[in-house]
Amino acid sequence: MATEATFGNPQVVEEEVDILIIGGGMAACGCAFEMMRWVEGTGLKIKLIDKAAMDRSGAVAQGLSAINTYMGGQDPADYARMVANDLMGITRDDLAYDVGRHVDDSVHLFEEWGLPVWKQPGDEGKSLRDGGKPVRSGKWQIMINGESYKVIVAEAAKKALGMANIQERVFIVKLVNDKNDPKRVAGAVGFSVRENKVYVYKFKSCLLAAGGAVNIFRPRSVGEGTGRAWYPVWNAGSTYAMAAEAGAELTMMENRFVPARFKDGYGPVGAWFLLFKAKAVNAFGESYMEKNKEMLKQYPPYGLAAVPASCLRNHLMMHEMKEGRGPIYMDTPTALAKLAETMTPKEIKHLEAEAWEDFLDMCIGQAGVWAGENIEPEKKASELMPTEPYLLGSHSGCCGIWVSGPEDLGAPKEWSWGYRSMTTIKGLFTAGDGVGASGHKFSSGSHAEGRIAAKGMIKFALDNKTWKPELDTPVNELVEEIYRPVRTYLEHKDYTTAIDVNPHYITPKMLQFRLQKIMDEYCAGVATWYQTNAKMLSVCEEKLEMLKEDALKMRAKDLHELLRAWENYHRVLTAEAHMKHIQFREESRYPGFYYRMDYNFIDEKNWKCFVNSTYDRKAKKWTVFKKPHVDLVSKPTAGH
Amino acid sequence: MPTFVRTDKCDGCKGQDKTACMYICPHDLMLLDKDGSKTGHAMKAFNQEPEQCWECYSCVKICPQNAIEARHYADVVPLGGSVQPLRGTDSIMWTIKFRNGNMKRFKFPIRTTAEGSINPYANKPKPDIKDIGSAALFTEASVYKCDRSQLLHAK
Repeated sequence: MATEATFGNPQVVEEEVDILIIGGGMAACGCAFEMMRWVEGTGLKIKLIDKAAMDRSGAVAQGLSAINTYMGGQDPADYARMVANDLMGITRDDLAYDVGRHVDDSVHLFEEWGLPVWKQPGDEGKSLRDGGKPVRSGKWQIMINGESYKVIVAEAAKKALGMANIQERVFIVKLVNDKNDPKRVAGAVGFSVRENKVYVYKFKSCLLAAGGAVNIFRPRSVGEGTGRAWYPVWNAGSTYAMAAEAGAELTMMENRFVPARFKDGYGPVGAWFLLFKAKAVNAFGESYMEKNKEMLKQYPPYGLAAVPASCLRNHLMMHEMKEGRGPIYMDTPTALAKLAETMTPKEIKHLEAEAWEDFLDMCIGQAGVWAGENIEPEKKASELMPTEPYLLGSHSGCCGIWVSGPEDLGAPKEWSWGYRSMTTIKGLFTAGDGVGASGHKFSSGSHAEGRIAAKGMIKFALDNKTWKPELDTPVNELVEEIYRPVRTYLEHKDYTTAIDVNPHYITPKMLQFRLQKIMDEYCAGVATWYQTNAKMLSVCEEKLEMLKEDALKMRAKDLHELLRAWENYHRVLTAEAHMKHIQFREESRYPGFYYRMDYNFIDEKNWKCFVNSTYDRKAKKWTVFKKPHVDLVSKPTAGH
Repeated sequence: MPTFVRTDKCDGCKGQDKTACMYICPHDLMLLDKDGSKTGHAMKAFNQEPEQCWECYSCVKICPQNAIEARHYADVVPLGGSVQPLRGTDSIMWTIKFRNGNMKRFKFPIRTTAEGSINPYANKPKPDIKDIGSAALFTEASVYKCDRSQLLHAK
């Protein structure tokens, strides 16, 4: 090399592989594990790119206290029914069912690899695969000692791939379409957050599995607590934004998840409700689910299920808050006292440890809040609160990309147009948070979905063995685009004496604040109790247009800030998709998650359909449209 | 609860190319201040963006010197509490100190196999590439028993 790479003049590394895996979370690890076994002897070259370190990347980085999707003998049809009901009827049964019939094998592998799974008395030491009975905390959930869940799953994926086929700390920010076919993906570009290097990959197919979207809305805590998001703060909407820019059809981007969690720490409530049988009550000790039961009847059949849809549970909670009967509490002392009635002191001590482990395994920050506020759950109840909105496709949300489903489950042919898990762009596959219109896969289902996608990707790569990818944009233009925030900074930094205040650029941090303010105030954030209308959305639309223009003026004073700049670019596009979909759907499908106050009802006749969209990256315009929905398994209807 | 690095314990991972905390942080927050120009403490790591800290404790758990702790979010939590782990190869010990001085200690298992011992394909079937288009994954047990009569439109 003639000159050494510098901050303003990065080295360009070009590489061609057959298959690129973008992301290192549960879906990507599942994909790698399945893929590397099938490709033995095929000569296919595989590479995985993670913007962080695989041991602790993705949504499971911190650990988990439960695996939320495990059939254990239940039928996938029932699972598909539960998913549909929780997501207010509009999901793809083919996708949920397919995850359901494969997920247990992933869980069995986790246990084999070393993940401790709680067993019922008498079955200790007996593996799930051999019929050992797990401790259920709900119909689909099982309890684990999951501090090292991701470390374990990553170890298997890393061994399968081989370290030579893994590139960590490279952030892929853009997919590149094929020169000869705009509906096909041919490459991806990104940069190292450690060295002055831009990476350009060419491939036949890729898995885009870079998580959901966090911090597109103003969070409830805006100081140091900004980072204490419920879902991981590093999920920047990269999956949705990159797919949209490549031309892939998105689905259900109006869907969001507003978890009701322990206030401020956002600690999990599942074990408290399901395992410890605690009740959530208003300030006067009344159970709002019982008190406001009638409200559920307004939303048949989704409110009438044994477990009403998540959004409706929020709807009933927020009714109490808006009526002035807050705060809302998880009544932990009553629950623990009740359990203690029939328990020995040793068993109580064990129960207390389980309650704390629920936080320590997956939300240590909540333990911190309790420690700082002197909350011992056997003595003092804890506040609950609905959080800021999150976009994701793997938890209790279903936004994402429209993918080709399995062929053998009776789905319409429009849902299954070829390679399993492929998007509407040839060669572009996704899994986990990337797959829309399903949801409730959680960690285990995302892993299984990555495995399912692996097979489709291999088939595609083998069927296209002689095809040569050609990028539709010259490499030097791509490098210029990726490093634009750096150029902007170097060009203008000396214009003012204050590095952060400069009319020629905006810091990624301020751009994020602006995005969060717009979304919070106009697109049904916490500021308006999740309410919006067409007028507010049109203001939102106009402000986002200008924000998107200004996103091209972000500066990056170092590689860390370049990471933030591109994350926020992805956030802006994802937020825009969310807004456009909410604008298009003229009903309130998810009461408790958001309300279109000008259409504050569910309209089964006109809107029990998918809302899909595409983005034109040249014109920077969205096209939003309806797609028909059908049930593939029988479901209750509003009539009974 | 952003993490912080104690000056009396951090050794900058002994001048290696990157520190353990920099290696592991999922959000690229930890940085080694080589010359002390950023913090006044040369060759020690610091959290460069505390308001983006998810409190995942990945850096706390991996630090070979136990030099990293967390101070609960100042805009949310009263001072004085702490939650500190000691992560071993098969279990993790937690010490929780409340603001009022009360203490709790817990120990939980984290894995049942030795670190680095996973052999992903040992005793697993070798699939035939001609089955790549089938629904089943390569591990035989993944063919889950389903009641196909529940599918309304499947043949």
